Amino acid sequence: MSEYLIRNGHVFDPMQSIKGDVKDIAIKDGKIVETSALSSSAKEIDAKGKTVMAGAFEVHAHIAGPKVNLGRWYRPEDKLGHSYKKSKATRIEGGFSVPSVFKTGYEYARMGYTFALEAAMPPLYARHVHEEIHDTPIIDEGALPVFGNNWFMLEYLKNREIENNAAYVAWTLRQTKGFGIKIVNPGGTEAWAWGLNCLLITDPVPYFDITPAEIITGLIETNEYLGLPHSVHIHGNNLGNPGNYEVTLASLKLAEGYKPKNNFGRKQVMHATHLQFHSYGGDSWGTFESKAKEIIDYVNRQKNITIDLGCVTLDETTTMTADGPFEHHLGTLNHLKWANVDVELETGSGIVPYIYSPNISVCAIQWAVGLELGLLAKDPMRTFITTDHPNAGPFTRYPRVIKWLMSAKARNERLNSFKNADKIIAATNISGIDREITLYELSAMTRAGPATALGLSGICGGLKPGMVADIAIYNINPDSPPSDPEQYEKAFANVACLFKEGRMVVKEGEVIDHGNKRTYWVDAKVKENKQVTHDVREKFLKYYSVNEANYQVPDSYAPHPYVIAVDATK
Amino acid sequence: MKTVTLTMKQEPELYLEAECITPDALAGKTPAEIAAFPVYQGKEDRTLGEYFTISGAPGATAAETQIVLNGDCSKVKYIGCRMSAGEVIVNSSADMYTGAWMKGGRLHVRGDVHSFCGLGMENGEFIIDGNAGNYLGASYRGDWRGMQKGLIRVKGNAGSDIGSFMNGGEIIIEGNVDIHIATHAEGGRIVIKGNANRRLGGQMVKGEVILFGTVEVMMPGYKQVGEKELEVDGTKAVFTEYIGDLGERHPKRKGETVYGRLYIKK
Repeated sequence: MSEYLIRNGHVFDPMQSIKGDVKDIAIKDGKIVETSALSSSAKEIDAKGKTVMAGAFEVHAHIAGPKVNLGRWYRPEDKLGHSYKKSKATRIEGGFSVPSVFKTGYEYARMGYTFALEAAMPPLYARHVHEEIHDTPIIDEGALPVFGNNWFMLEYLKNREIENNAAYVAWTLRQTKGFGIKIVNPGGTEAWAWGLNCLLITDPVPYFDITPAEIITGLIETNEYLGLPHSVHIHGNNLGNPGNYEVTLASLKLAEGYKPKNNFGRKQVMHATHLQFHSYGGDSWGTFESKAKEIIDYVNRQKNITIDLGCVTLDETTTMTADGPFEHHLGTLNHLKWANVDVELETGSGIVPYIYSPNISVCAIQWAVGLELGLLAKDPMRTFITTDHPNAGPFTRYPRVIKWLMSAKARNERLNSFKNADKIIAATNISGIDREITLYELSAMTRAGPATALGLSGICGGLKPGMVADIAIYNINPDSPPSDPEQYEKAFANVACLFKEGRMVVKEGEVIDHGNKRTYWVDAKVKENKQVTHDVREKFLKYYSVNEANYQVPDSYAPHPYVIAVDATK
Repeated sequence: MKTVTLTMKQEPELYLEAECITPDALAGKTPAEIAAFPVYQGKEDRTLGEYFTISGAPGATAAETQIVLNGDCSKVKYIGCRMSAGEVIVNSSADMYTGAWMKGGRLHVRGDVHSFCGLGMENGEFIIDGNAGNYLGASYRGDWRGMQKGLIRVKGNAGSDIGSFMNGGEIIIEGNVDIHIATHAEGGRIVIKGNANRRLGGQMVKGEVILFGTVEVMMPGYKQVGEKELEVDGTKAVFTEYIGDLGERHPKRKGETVYGRLYIKK
């Protein structure tokens, strides 16, 4: 395989506390090596005056599977004017908020991303998720099966049977080639099947008579019992509504007292996702305001929680979530179109197009809330940048979000040009914040931090010799940072160069190679559990529309796996 | 206003997608530049000059440019698409997406147009001397933003799904129409001088449909509320007034519920 020597770049790597020092990085056989290990045939890449970081990590996006594809089906207008072919190496790309699988892979790569986590995989439709993951070029991917409304889980946790629940989760991860435990509106989506919702963490789930709080703590205990690489990944109750920050605080507090137990260097027991949607005050849309400060003050103190932002990008987008009742609620607010899917014993989902208009106060306040969370967070290793793609905006807007985080000037220009700027300033904290995220902090928020939270810091997310050679070079000179913030957006949208496992895949923003993508999944070994084996057999015979033998994702669906083994038998 | 004339010299074997035939694209260009404009035939990249002889010259701006198309353009799509000013005259029939997302100016087709014409039209005047196909002044597939403003006049008949998701503007059909008129409309006005088939104003939230002829089958969601004398396109007549579609949501404005209105000539 080729050898490369990236010379004289400004290197940012929080894993080694390297803060922009001029260094050489060597690549051999897909790994980062000491420069002395290179032969004389190594190709030199001149990175003088450029920024060098590890490949970036996406911790939460909806980019593959039945829900995403339903979004593509029912929004043909999302492709109108957004379909093109860019270079000889690439296939046709289409879509804006729900891009085709090819566009998804290419766009992540153009921004310097090498890993993405599909945030919600319905176990029953895991095959579809893996088909799309397989067709998404370049980037490595994993997928989180959703557990927060699963009948097995509801029954085991109702009876506090953590060991049985763990055996069931391990079985599901293996069946679906899943990466970890996702919780969406715990109990609420099941309640939706009864025409109800769980808006508080004390609201009982109909029939199952268990509360969201019991589901969350039960799944945290399950996760730590198994010692999975990632923690539970939570989309809390009562998303998107005025005054929901109290429920969010109550949910976050459930993590108190729990300690991470794993061999992967993960330090959190809870990842609270797209926190922007959960940090609202007020008691109506008229009194809607930011409570980002209240939320992030708590997170700053609580070291066993990581978060991602879910920044609103002010675009026309497609909201899609396993939070079925929320999507119905949204559909009745904007009267566009609504799709709903029920996934048997497991979960559900809904889809509604949404326009985040800068002229609407609520949308502009949401924009501020996401950025406030990022700017008021004290630990960039626990704070990750997302847009909850495509819910708060497409992931292709990350360069713009980074621009707003890195430049107070860009932020204030946007803020002051809102139609109701005075109202937005009064309802948020954003105008008083002058912090500008540095390149080093950014590399923690997008590389070292998420890699650590996903339990992958031993293999990637940094530039240590021995790590996978996923490396992004940006046209930004830290010695003379651009005075025009637009230059940040441009530079982060078009990497100067991206290496994926030692192969050059993007050059000056143009994709030149389809890379060698891998699917990450977690194989957790548990003691033989006859109770769970019996329960699975019984539920498939009684309730599922498919046979147990047809449920599993065959190996052929993920032909390039990277399997992380976990042994929970001891 | 200066005129540039495009005369068909080679009929396309398939269909031609020519989004460049607008005063906006052609304004200020030389005939050689115009001939080099890209068009698609199927998946093939071609140029406008391969199919048309170009004579005359456009004005400096779109507003000062008139485009005249001669020869049979019935296999040319997207004529006048997204045009914002100036004038386009087609001396034959035209294919799909003619005048789609038009923002201003005047577009006159002397023959028929196919489907999806005047789609999501934002403003301007679009005259069709012959018949129109389906989805005239409607929204793009999946979209909820149909015709917003402006005028479409069809001197012949029109097909089905006219003005779906229409939000504003006016469509006048001098002949007959087929099924599904003003479906999901939230504004605008459709005048039908001939007869309608069925499903007139289904799921209409707001807007008006005025019918001079007869309707084959009325929608069940409409309620007769009285009579009204209206002057429509220069003709005065008495109409029976209906409100609907009562199966759909209806917003309130100044304390009063807003309905779609259907007027059928007595």
